[in-house]
Amino acid sequence: MMTKSIQQPEPGFVHGLFLFLLVFALWMLLVGNLDTTEMAAGVVVALIVTLASRPHLSILTGLIISPTALLPLLRYLGTFTVALVQANLDMARRVLSPSLPLQPAVVEVETNLKSPLGRLILANSITLTPGTLTVDVQDQVLLVHWVDCPPGSDLASTTQAITSKFEQHLKGFVL
Amino acid sequence: MTLTLLEIVALGLLGAAVLLSLLRLILGPTAPDRVVAADTLAVITTSGLVILAALLGSPLYLDVALIYGTLAFVGVVAIARTIEGNG
Amino acid sequence: MRLIADLFLVIGAAFTLFGAIGLIRMPDVYNRIQAGTKAVTLGSLCLLIGIALLYPAWWSKLLVIGVLILITNPLGSSTIARALLKAGVKPWSKATVSHTGEADR
Repeated sequence: MMTKSIQQPEPGFVHGLFLFLLVFALWMLLVGNLDTTEMAAGVVVALIVTLASRPHLSILTGLIISPTALLPLLRYLGTFTVALVQANLDMARRVLSPSLPLQPAVVEVETNLKSPLGRLILANSITLTPGTLTVDVQDQVLLVHWVDCPPGSDLASTTQAITSKFEQHLKGFVL
Repeated sequence: MTLTLLEIVALGLLGAAVLLSLLRLILGPTAPDRVVAADTLAVITTSGLVILAALLGSPLYLDVALIYGTLAFVGVVAIARTIEGNG
Repeated sequence: MRLIADLFLVIGAAFTLFGAIGLIRMPDVYNRIQAGTKAVTLGSLCLLIGIALLYPAWWSKLLVIGVLILITNPLGSSTIARALLKAGVKPWSKATVSHTGEADR
């Protein structure tokens, strides 16, 4: 939906296993207890879901599944949480101040992430961080609505300000 | 369960938020404004359902909240697609 | 424990209210989306944390609801914003002198 992907690698067995474990974990969270019968049902359901979604498995190929990806993932989650709280304090300040300090503009930022999944996560992160809202993704370029755009920004400075703090962690676990 | 003062304050704030979002939904002025207001209301309603579950002490409403949230998202995407198509 | 939970509930409700105020005060659709999405997402998460502290047995379902909100809410907002841009709705900007914040309210 968001991007036309360029040269996706074939999804392998590891991605199937990953989806299976994800669905199974979701099932167990929803069930909320550890009965053997529930777990058996969960295995069956997760297997059916995994097999049924094989044609769409390619969205997962952007994911780097290895132990080394764990640290960047945790760092990313940390950065993201901080940014989310900052975003809200910033937004609360803007909304509550009588003069409504706004300088909105639609700017372009660039990303080096290749996979649709990576760009999706990046776009979502941008939407939830201070003053920015992803409007569209066109291959390498993301259109971003920025509430407080400093005058005289260009592609390099906006990329630096908006995407770089996420991308440095993101590229550790997605392509 | 009996409510503490802070919980009553929280419920009041949430109620005010719902009223303000409803005001934007009614005022408009354009269709997209209403869609945004409806989207916001849907998310507030989802957390509202979770609070209802807590007030009634019944985890059944958590499932309702989950399904409501999912359907609201699908609805928003569908409406967005319609706006896009007309443009 | 109850006090911490209540504090989370109040903070969550307050952020949700800020989002709603933003929805009313912001001058154009794009800014309204921004205010609505961000504040309401964090507000909802705080409310969920508060409820999880009140009813620890419900943590698993509350976690699923939290992740659902965290993923779908920004995605939905981006989809609306993209649709608006494609439909030709121009973002409001201070540079266009013809209307101030007042006129758009």
